[in-house]
Formats: sequence, C-alpha cells, structure tokens
Amino acid sequence: MAERSTMSRRRFIKNTSYAAGGAIGGGFIGTLIGRNLLDDNQEVKKDSKTESLPDFNHALMHFTNQKEFQVLSAATERIFPEDDNGPGAIKLGVPFFIDHQLAGSYGHNDREYMRGPFFPGSDFQGYQTRLKRHEVFDVGIKAIEKESNNEFDAAFVDLEGKQQDQILQKFQDGDVKLKGVTATTFFELLRSATLEGAYSDPLYGGNGNMKGWMMKEFPGNYMSYLNEISKEKFIKKEPRALRAHIQS
Amino acid sequence: MATTLDKVEVVTVGVGWTGGIIAAELAKQGVKVVGLERGKERTTEDFQHIHDEYRYAIRYELMQDLSRETITFRNHRDDRALPMRQLGSFLLGEGLGGAGIHWNGQTWRFLPYDLEIKSMTEKKYGANKLGSDYNIQDWGITYEELEPYFYKFEQTAGISGEENEFSAPRNNPYPNPPMKETPITKRFKDAAKKLKLSPFHMPSGNMSQTYENPDGQTIAQCQYCGFCERFGCEYGAKSSPIVTVIPTAKQTGNFELRTHANVTEVIYDGDKATGVKYIDLQTGEEFIQPADIVVLTSYVMNNSRLLLNSGIGRPYDPESRTGVIGRNYCYQILPGATAFFENEKFNTYMGAGSLGATVDNYNGDNFDHSNVNFIHGGSISTTQTGQRPINNNTVPSDTPNWGQQFKSESIKYYHRNLSIGAQGASMPHRNNYLSLDPDYKDIFGDPLLRLTYDFTEQDRNLHNHLTEKCVEIGKEMGADRVEPREISDHYSIVPYQTTHNTGGVIMGGDPETSAVNNYLQMWDVDNVFVVGASAFAHNGGYNPTGTVGALAYRAADGISKYIKNKGQLVKAAQNSEHV
Repeated sequence: MAERSTMSRRRFIKNTSYAAGGAIGGGFIGTLIGRNLLDDNQEVKKDSKTESLPDFNHALMHFTNQKEFQVLSAATERIFPEDDNGPGAIKLGVPFFIDHQLAGSYGHNDREYMRGPFFPGSDFQGYQTRLKRHEVFDVGIKAIEKESNNEFDAAFVDLEGKQQDQILQKFQDGDVKLKGVTATTFFELLRSATLEGAYSDPLYGGNGNMKGWMMKEFPGNYMSYLNEISKEKFIKKEPRALRAHIQS
Repeated sequence: MATTLDKVEVVTVGVGWTGGIIAAELAKQGVKVVGLERGKERTTEDFQHIHDEYRYAIRYELMQDLSRETITFRNHRDDRALPMRQLGSFLLGEGLGGAGIHWNGQTWRFLPYDLEIKSMTEKKYGANKLGSDYNIQDWGITYEELEPYFYKFEQTAGISGEENEFSAPRNNPYPNPPMKETPITKRFKDAAKKLKLSPFHMPSGNMSQTYENPDGQTIAQCQYCGFCERFGCEYGAKSSPIVTVIPTAKQTGNFELRTHANVTEVIYDGDKATGVKYIDLQTGEEFIQPADIVVLTSYVMNNSRLLLNSGIGRPYDPESRTGVIGRNYCYQILPGATAFFENEKFNTYMGAGSLGATVDNYNGDNFDHSNVNFIHGGSISTTQTGQRPINNNTVPSDTPNWGQQFKSESIKYYHRNLSIGAQGASMPHRNNYLSLDPDYKDIFGDPLLRLTYDFTEQDRNLHNHLTEKCVEIGKEMGADRVEPREISDHYSIVPYQTTHNTGGVIMGGDPETSAVNNYLQMWDVDNVFVVGASAFAHNGGYNPTGTVGALAYRAADGISKYIKNKGQLVKAAQNSEHV
C-alpha cells in the first residue's frame, strides 16, 4: 500500500487535466491534492478600482424596447423577490442574464429539434410550439402588459406586488390566451430562467457578486472536498467562481 | 456519391463504453478495428471549466444536438407521436466516450433472478403472475456464465465497493475499497439497520483511491467535488471510456478512431452486412466503410434505429406481437421519498456521483411477492452526488414554486433535505416499443425513431410498494417530515427522470422473441453484433452500466470466436413458447 500511495500521487498529477492541460502553473500542482485552487475571497471589493467602472455588461442584446425589459424585470422580481434572505432578481442581474440568453443559442433553440409539422400535443409530449424562446418571451411580455391594462387599467410596473402576482398566476394557470404558445409554457420558461439567472456562475451576468450563492450557502467552484466530505458539521465556505481558472 | 474506403476487419458504430470495450479487446488480439464516432474527441483536459452548472447541467453541453436528430414520442399506439424537441426525461450523450462521460458511475451487477426472470417467476408464482400483456422473458444466459464478464468490467473501470448478501454473488472482491463514509450515508445505514435491513456502500465508478487497471490505465482518486452527473471529470477520477478502454485500444496500434463520422446505414446484402455508410459532419462527404464485422455500439435508441433504417431484422409489431427489432423497450421506475430536517444541515453541496448507501432487500425476488400484485422491485439508496443550486430547489409540497415563500423555503431546505430513492425495475409490456416514425426526419432526411411508452399497472404497484419502504427509511433517519414521491398519470418526456433506457434489440434464447443471442450476435445476420442496454430483455432494479459493460466483454469474446469459426455462435432454443 505504501508503494501505491507514492505512485498514486504521481499518477494523480499525470491524469488530472490541470497538469496535463498546463493551464495552472507548476506551483499549483503540488498543492492541488485536497486543496482548493482559488483565491480565498473572490467577492468584488467595494474599495477596489472596479467600483468606479460602469458595468458595460448591463445593456440589452435582445430586447429592443426598454419598457418591455422593465416588465421582464418586474416579473422576475416577483418570482424571486428581495427579502430577509437577500437580494432579489433585479439586484442579482437576472433581467440582463435573461436578455443576453435570449440573444444566443438558448433564445434561438439552436440545439433543439425545430422542424415541423407542429401540433399542440399532450402535456406529456413537451415543448411543441413553433416559436423559439426569444419569440415566446416577446409574446409573453407583451401579454403581461396587456393583461395588466385589462385587469387593473395600469402598466404592470406600476402595480402593487400582490397585483403583479395575480397577473403572473393567471399565466402559470394558463388562464391567458397567447398567440402561438400557451401562457403556462411562457411562465415556466420565465420561472426557470429567473432561477438560472439567480444561481448560475456570475460569468453569465446573473448571481451578482455571487450573492445568489451566498444566500443559499452554495460555495460554487471548489476543486476538492476530499478532506471535508466525512465531517459531521455543516461547513460554510466563501463562494468561488469559475473566472479563477482563467490565467491572466 | 459516396467514396468507398479500404475494408477493415471490424467497424464499431459509436465509441463510448461498449465501442471502447470492443475496440480494446479486439485490438489487443491484433484485430484491426475502426471506431466511427459522430461527436468530437474529448479528453480530461477538456473538462477544466466543468464546474458550471448552467452550461452542463441546464443547457446540456455534453448532450446530443437534437437539431440534427431526436426521437418522437407518444404514450399510446393510437396517439400521434411528436418530436422530443428538447431534452428532458433522459439525457442522450454525444461525443467520444458517449454517456460514459456524463454518468455518475453507479455500477451494479444485475441479479441472477434478472437473467432468468421468466423461469424463476413462473416456478415460484405460477404462469399468470403478471398477465399475458407483459413480454417478460429469460435473457438466454445465466448469472454464472456472465459472472466473469462482470468482474472484467469492474476491473477495467476500477469499481469501489463492498459485498452484500442480497446483491449478486461475487467470485472476487471489488477491485477497490468502498468510497468514504459520510454523515449522510451513515444516517441511512443506521436507519436501515434499525429496520432490520442490510445496508452497504454503493459500488462506485468514482475511485476511492488512485487505481491502475489491468490494461495499465490509471484512474485518479475522486475529490468529491460535487460535479459528476451531467459533467465530465476534470481529474480523470471518474471511470470513463476516455481514461480506460479508448487509450488502451489506441496504444495497440490496431485501432483507428474517426470522429465526426455519423453512420446513417448498415449496408446489408440480404445475408450479411458488408459495411456501413457514414457522413463526415465537418465536410459533408459520404463514405462507405466496408467491414467483415459490423458492431453497433451506439446508445439504445440508435441501435434500434440503425437496424430499422437499414432494413435489418424483423420489426416488432405490437398487434401480432411478432418481430423483434424495437421489442421490450423498458425504462426505470423511480419510487422514493424526500426527508426534510428542521434543525440539521448536511454538506449536500459536496459529493461524488456514486457516493451513497443502498439496501437490496426489496430488489429482485429478495422478498416474497406472493401477496403483492407485481414482480421484482429495486435497490433503495441515499446518494450524496452534490446538490447544485439551480436544479435543487426542493420545498415541501404545499409550498408554491415561485415568489417569496418559495425563495425562503428553497433556501432553507437546500441543505436540510435528503432523498431516499429506488431504481425500480421496469417490465416489458406489449405496447411499449420502438419503431420508425412515419412523418418526422433527421437532417439527412432519414426517419426518426418513435418511442411508444407508458407506465403499466405493474409499474404503479411496484412504485407504490417501494415508495412506502423509502418513507419508512426516511422516518427512521429522523426527518421531521417525509414526503412520498408520486408516479405521474402517464409517462412524460418532460421532467428529467433517468437515462436508463433499455431494450429494442434484446438478447434471448429464441430468435422468435429475441434479436441477438447471448454473445449479442444477431440471429438473422451472423456478422452484426448489437451491444448495449439495447440487449436487456427488461430493465432491472439498478443502474444499467455494470451489466452493459459485462455484456460488452461477452460480445468481444463472441466476436473473437466468430472471427475464428464464422457462423452462428449459439444454437437457437427449440420449441420455446411464443406469445
């Protein structure tokens, strides 16, 4: 067994992508096993120079109409509101996350089967609309605003939270008729995209400052829990994001 | 106009676990093998940025590009099948290593009961236990015959585990000791013992220690990083074809891998296969690769589809119950319970794909079925695979799934819930099968595969019985609240359930009810072997890969024998009962 453990260390290094890929400098390799590669604190510091830089990423790739983007923002905030636990969807950057995702392969269903013919199908057969996600959002967001005007004679962003919830509930329940897609399909996309924006790696523009992870006590990207997996007590760790893997 | 290439001895269609095993075993014996893989090459180095739940677990980076090809689905024969436009219920892999890259590594041997299920069930419970609509049948091989092949796969893959009296008997210990004990696995084991059950550590394809396999390939020690299922391993610490059999095959000098090579047809002259046709996805060029032996080693779905699209074998007809290709498609039934804890937090964000504890007391025929209206059962486990935050927002069932209460409860219970789940066996039913879709096509214009599938009475009864057992364990684990898992009114293609699809090109002793013999050689075409979970006559109460690996080693033996002796390797059973 003694021989194995000597060999195991060398072979471990040989096999791991960090050694093989050469992306992490030699100094890291010796400390890789059972250790974490990343800096202790990745949270953007308030006093750093980055504070004064504008967030160029907070601009629109998909939406062309800012009012519609505000409807989207307000809706995501009701799905994942700011509360005692911490920030809601807007502060986490979720609306920008969704806007940017809609402009890319997610919004355009690039890796999905989008050939016809199209039929409505049963609940058990899944997504069957000919609309792509970016079109579903366009139809859905316009319908939220319209429903708000019908129901309360006011813009969605001007409603009380409870009133906004009533509108969104009608969408989840399928009680609003949309063109080309069911309101339930739209709502479920909106709901899941909001959670994705709250909890994905901050590289995608949501989960601002990893605050989504902090609320949930999810530490993000740690390379090893080998020495902690058997511990009795819950271990709270500072979150770490993927950008640490990029060498400057 | 296709370019015809020089003939090779063996061509495999797909290079994952099964294609890799076939290639490694034959190439070591000096046989020239070409592996055609439609995805791209992947190595451990490609997984450096793998700790990205959104990219890999939500947007399915490692999975099949459905814009090229998907399946269609319907619950019943008289419904219109519609395309599975997005991945959901199961995750088809794509690229070198196949689904063997993104699996969890839970590696089991099916039970002796599984392989002789029809004979053993009839002997003990009579001929009408399930009724005549179920196609349960023996696999044409006994456990004793398959045992050495299970061990061979476990040695190659470095499986970590410990023996248990209710599991399949072993002639050798596992190659590696079990994974680490954690507060979660211990909690399950203590509860199970109090219930007079026999818990043990789940057999794992994540390495409990650094391991060198008999082929000289090294697999690193698992780091319990919590990114396993749906991810590749950045350490090379999860056993997979790209760290074991594929490098072994390459090192012989007898294996040529061609990636981006999408096979569209097995060329068949009415007696034998003469090769395959494929398209290079990067250039659009079409090639014919002649071969002495064609081995289908793609996933379950495409093994059936390629045969059907190539006009090989007799398609299954659910009305007359004749034909074999597409027969006995099975899935997995997933009884379970969620245990909520008010005052305890667990390190559920840590984990490994096959870190878990299991009981087999309710699996196979390990308990008496005289007074229940189903057969078989399933393994019941608690796993600690790493709970990531997008996919894990478990809340009590009376909580809405959005809004402030949802946010608060999903955060609160994130580290305060454990799940007890079964891999329930799935019995074949005459109306659950694979066929070609009459309307929908892939990007090349070839018909998509059509899945017709729904849950049966057997499934519901099994589900309800095992769910009660999961609830009992959850309560004994000290949970404040335990919620049973429900089975939906019909099988749905939408929510993720499991990537344990089986059947379609099943093995057996009788050519009337099986497509391949116990070497996975086609009864109808001697030089075609069809390898994978497609050969399962039903799905057992475990994850399938251990049994897939064993059958692949068995098939490699069969191909060796065929190279020497030609012809059918197995004599067909006589006078067997046909349904």
